[in-house]
Amino acid sequence: MKIRLDSVIKTFETFRAVHGVSLEIDSGELVALLGPSGSGKTTILRMVAGLEYADEGHIYFGDQDATDIPVRDRGVGFVFQHYALFPHMTVAENIGFGMKVSKVKRDKAEIARRVADLLRLVRLEGLGDRFPGQISGGQRQRVALARALAVDPKVLLLDEPFGALDANVRHDLRRWLREIHQELGITTIFVTHDQEEALDLADRVVILKEGKIVQQGTPQEVCRDPKDAFVLKFLGDANRLTGEARGGRAYIGAADVAAAPGVVDGPAEIFARPRDLDWSKTGPGIAATVDRVLDRPGERRIIATASTGEALEFDVEPECDVSAGETGFVTLRRAKVFSLS
Amino acid sequence: MSQTTSRKKPPRVGDNPLFRRSLIGIVLVLGALLILAPLIIIGVEAFSKGWQVYIGTLNHPDTRHAIMLTVTTALIAVPLNTIFGVAAAWAITKFDFRGKRLLLVIIEIPFSVSPIVAGVAYLFVYGLQGLFGPLLDAYDVKILFALPGIVIASMFVTAPFVARELIPLMQAQGRDLEEASTSLGASGWRTFFSVTLPNVKWALLYGVVLCNARVMGEFGAVSIVSGNIRGQTNTLPLHIELLYHDYQATGAFASASILAVIAVFTIIAKVALERQGAGRRMKTAETVTAAAAPQGIRP
Repeated sequence: MKIRLDSVIKTFETFRAVHGVSLEIDSGELVALLGPSGSGKTTILRMVAGLEYADEGHIYFGDQDATDIPVRDRGVGFVFQHYALFPHMTVAENIGFGMKVSKVKRDKAEIARRVADLLRLVRLEGLGDRFPGQISGGQRQRVALARALAVDPKVLLLDEPFGALDANVRHDLRRWLREIHQELGITTIFVTHDQEEALDLADRVVILKEGKIVQQGTPQEVCRDPKDAFVLKFLGDANRLTGEARGGRAYIGAADVAAAPGVVDGPAEIFARPRDLDWSKTGPGIAATVDRVLDRPGERRIIATASTGEALEFDVEPECDVSAGETGFVTLRRAKVFSLS
Repeated sequence: MSQTTSRKKPPRVGDNPLFRRSLIGIVLVLGALLILAPLIIIGVEAFSKGWQVYIGTLNHPDTRHAIMLTVTTALIAVPLNTIFGVAAAWAITKFDFRGKRLLLVIIEIPFSVSPIVAGVAYLFVYGLQGLFGPLLDAYDVKILFALPGIVIASMFVTAPFVARELIPLMQAQGRDLEEASTSLGASGWRTFFSVTLPNVKWALLYGVVLCNARVMGEFGAVSIVSGNIRGQTNTLPLHIELLYHDYQATGAFASASILAVIAVFTIIAKVALERQGAGRRMKTAETVTAAAAPQGIRP
């Protein structure tokens, strides 16, 4: 089912959570809404679900205007951040609940068969008789997903699906969710504040800030070509240096440090990921003093202060011979320049 | 626990044996004097003239009527207050609206107002000289000095019981479960009966038990609005007072023993329900926080 949001606005009390968001999601696509807390991502998800109503704008499911269809009739599967499993029902009863209360009457055997299928799909065979309090967090997450899928939703919506799980489980579940999506081909939107999760899992990432879409695109597009400093910083650690753009190059003092194609002349900020800085004892480059060296399995991380006073963090090869107190020069192998004017 | 080990350990705060024993002693003595002794006296005095007199007293038409009236009042007031309590708790915990805090305060009022004040207030609202008095009289509706007045006064006094038990629990549970249920296609009623109610049933029963105990024992407000008419509008507590003033100590104690028995059953039910609450808390520690188990005795 294709989903379209058309200039949707939502205001809570006096706080405007979503400012005119327009978004198109293709049938079968897996889309991540990514943003810091307060960016309105969960509100958008809840409006698509019908758990909140848009103050203005429209939400279309296919060609149908779904803006005012109540959640009960909207046909979405919603997976809550804390799963919201019914604690007094067994896993199987939880999964079967949607079919039991549905306007479409099904007989008991049919429901039982479908519950068994879903338990198999989420790899929880044999746990149908347990209560939610008796299974692990990762298992609860899968029960929540099976319960949402049981009603044959047109869209699957997940609110911070892996937020409450520890790192290992999260990693496995991520891959598994991707597999399920591939198998069922259901249009899926999930909300996350974890950029790695969004990039790993989604076909397309929608980055939000203060209730507006800042950028959207495939993981490759947003990573390689972030539209502004916010997107760049949000997607991962970066060093920020201030300098000047002149004739398509960026300068810090007199040193020519990076290419700046298409950046207007004037003050500019220069961003470089920790892996994109090189260290040498002799120039040219930006003069810097090493404050600390952190040794890690794959690399050495240098924490340094540039002669301009800006803090730098970057990684060098494990073999690199460097220690605290040393002075040297930093060059940028790869950088992104944004105009400050 | 600490004295089972032979090794000498530094005392914890307040772990001095003398201090501990005297503290326990004081509590036991006070408990015996204030609670146990009166209960025993009720039993002893009620049967002081033998079984026949006891049964005879309870069989007296006035006493029987008082018991029936008390039961009838409870049968009307408790279900109504249960519905009110569930509705109020639902509204406060599942919706956002203006004046929510005010509603919370209003629900609490009966706890802070002396019941007799409520009784007097009803007198002025529904009495002959009161606000609606003439109107009610014109249509020949009797509220005061009749069952409706007794029920209304009892309901006022016990209005907070159910709501107060449910609100903290339902607040802790949040709205996720109801939202999940609705998103799966369940109607509002279905959600209430299949999802909300099963998750609050013990707290609800707990509130109902306390509410019932209070309705049956209510004296102040009811004594004003009922008019104390023997054999007609006397509830059991009023009847006890009447017998006592008539120097019928045995009769008073015999009637009081019924209330005492109800009290004992209430306590048993209460403890049993607290057990249920505690058990549930362990089973679903994830979704239901500490607020789940009904806590302590409220006024």
